[in-house]
Amino acid sequence: MNAVATNEATGAVVSARGLRKAYRNRLALDDTSFQIEAGRIVGLIGPNGAGKTTALKAILGLIPFKGDLRVLGMDPRTQRDELMREVCFIADVAVLPRWMRVREAIDFVAGIHPRFDRAKCERFIANTQLNPKLRVREMSKGMIVQLHLALVMAIDARLLVLDEPTLGLDILYRKQFYQRLLEDYFDEQKTIIVTTHQVEEIEHILTDVMFIRDGRIVLTSPMDEVAERYTELLTSAATIDQARALKPIDERALPFGKTVMLFDGVPRQQLAELGETRNPGLADLFVAIMKGTYA
Amino acid sequence: MNAVTTHHHKTNTFKWLLKREFWENRGGFLWAPLITGAIISLLTAVLAVTWVARFRSSGASSELFNDGLAEHARQIGGIGDTALMAGISLTAVVLAFVVFFYALGCLYDDRRDRSVLFWKSLPASDLQTVLSKATWALLLAPVLAILVGVLIGIVLWLIAFAAASAVGVPNASAIVTHAHPFSVVGNMLTAIPVYLLWALPTVGWLMLCSAWARTKPFLWAVLIPLLASVMISMVGILPGTNINYGVIWYTLVYRGLLSVVPWAWAPASTAIEENARRIEGSGIHGPADIVNLMNISNLDVLGSPDLWIGAAIGAAFIALAVYLRRWRELAD
Repeated sequence: MNAVATNEATGAVVSARGLRKAYRNRLALDDTSFQIEAGRIVGLIGPNGAGKTTALKAILGLIPFKGDLRVLGMDPRTQRDELMREVCFIADVAVLPRWMRVREAIDFVAGIHPRFDRAKCERFIANTQLNPKLRVREMSKGMIVQLHLALVMAIDARLLVLDEPTLGLDILYRKQFYQRLLEDYFDEQKTIIVTTHQVEEIEHILTDVMFIRDGRIVLTSPMDEVAERYTELLTSAATIDQARALKPIDERALPFGKTVMLFDGVPRQQLAELGETRNPGLADLFVAIMKGTYA
Repeated sequence: MNAVTTHHHKTNTFKWLLKREFWENRGGFLWAPLITGAIISLLTAVLAVTWVARFRSSGASSELFNDGLAEHARQIGGIGDTALMAGISLTAVVLAFVVFFYALGCLYDDRRDRSVLFWKSLPASDLQTVLSKATWALLLAPVLAILVGVLIGIVLWLIAFAAASAVGVPNASAIVTHAHPFSVVGNMLTAIPVYLLWALPTVGWLMLCSAWARTKPFLWAVLIPLLASVMISMVGILPGTNINYGVIWYTLVYRGLLSVVPWAWAPASTAIEENARRIEGSGIHGPADIVNLMNISNLDVLGSPDLWIGAAIGAAFIALAVYLRRWRELAD
């Protein structure tokens, strides 16, 4: 039927081994290895300068690097032209050319992209304030992202890469952005990789999470396994020493003598005896794992 | 197996890349020559009206060209041809500036405003992208310039005809009937393939700088050949060196930076010289003789090694620009 044999052998959309990329005096990717399976929404999360964007640029074939990287079975360094038929990305807000009109943008993408569905794009545009004659330079940041998203969602790409796609947008646009992505775009044949600093806003849509620090992947896990592995415990002064004995990876004080602790791999029943337990938020987990990054 | 749910349509990437360039640059490619032409036409019309008015009030009679009616008609017809050439020369001057700055910006501006990341998110190869830009600079912009130039030429021609009729130049209709528009336009069209090859080193160099510079491509593009020429010339001051300054400056600055000027190939043309020598004997008595001097085919330049060596170097520059477009990161 369909010639997707390329990735069927491994089942991976992206498979990276020993990636290495140095900028002048700093390693942006340091022996980085990871795998991304098809049909997942993966959050690539890390502090500033951890190598997120560099990793994405490598996947998109935008920069030279060392190591072994396959995207949809292709090497982005040598097969980029082929790869870009199957992959799409939004690099950052406001990268649409300022002179372009909505109509021109649609015409152009329809003209050169074999997997672009014009009717679909026009349907997305119809739900916004965009009109065909409007130029990018006349749009607000939010409208630019709406246009970009409408263009990208109308492309039947197998891998979509989003690098800080909602940077600088207000909360209404941000919510709308991810909502539409889930409702109108994502399905089990597509894969999305997204980086953002607004971790709280995307954690409920992610199926997998990868933490990157100093060019290395420090955690890669499906979201449901994250919930199994990590537990947050709310303790009071009475049980705090008992809890500390179980070696929390992080703790922070709350008012009224309460303390929140984060445990890695401690059974939940055991912790439940010491206080209230719950699943940690991705943001708290991130802070705990990235401790000392800027020290 | 995955089911294919979307149809894939056929695409003509290069055609759309060319369209894209036009959308972005119609100001330079179309409006700049049109507006220049409109201004010049307006000025000419005003000048013609005042001239006609002054001529009529002075009561002078318009003179015949000497040597009888036939010669008169021939010279008057030359006015039409001159008008046409003037129109094309006008857009040729505009073209030189437009192509220079277009080539200098076309691989730099989108790296600076980061829209290059949008273009690179689409399935158009860097080779196709760079070639579409080179095609505009070397072929489509000149073709458009000549078309608009002919248009302006026709307007100037009509103004000349109207003015001549108004002051009662005898046999003024010869401006139309004794002109040679097809010969003039035909010879102008020979400039297109010559321009493509002749301007290639300059366009290639500018595009290379455009793809390479992290900042200030203009400075790099102009200063490198200029300073190189100056430095080599200074070395020549040392005793015992024998440097042909003319060749250095001609190669680096004239061919490297100024070859975007249409008809800059005149020094490499033998036909222009021969034609001038041929006419020298008969002398220049009126517009028709000026036209004879100028209205020649440019195709003989295609036989000059200068043109081909420059074109080969320019093509190499463009190949380098493609490579840089592929790997160079954003500009500052």
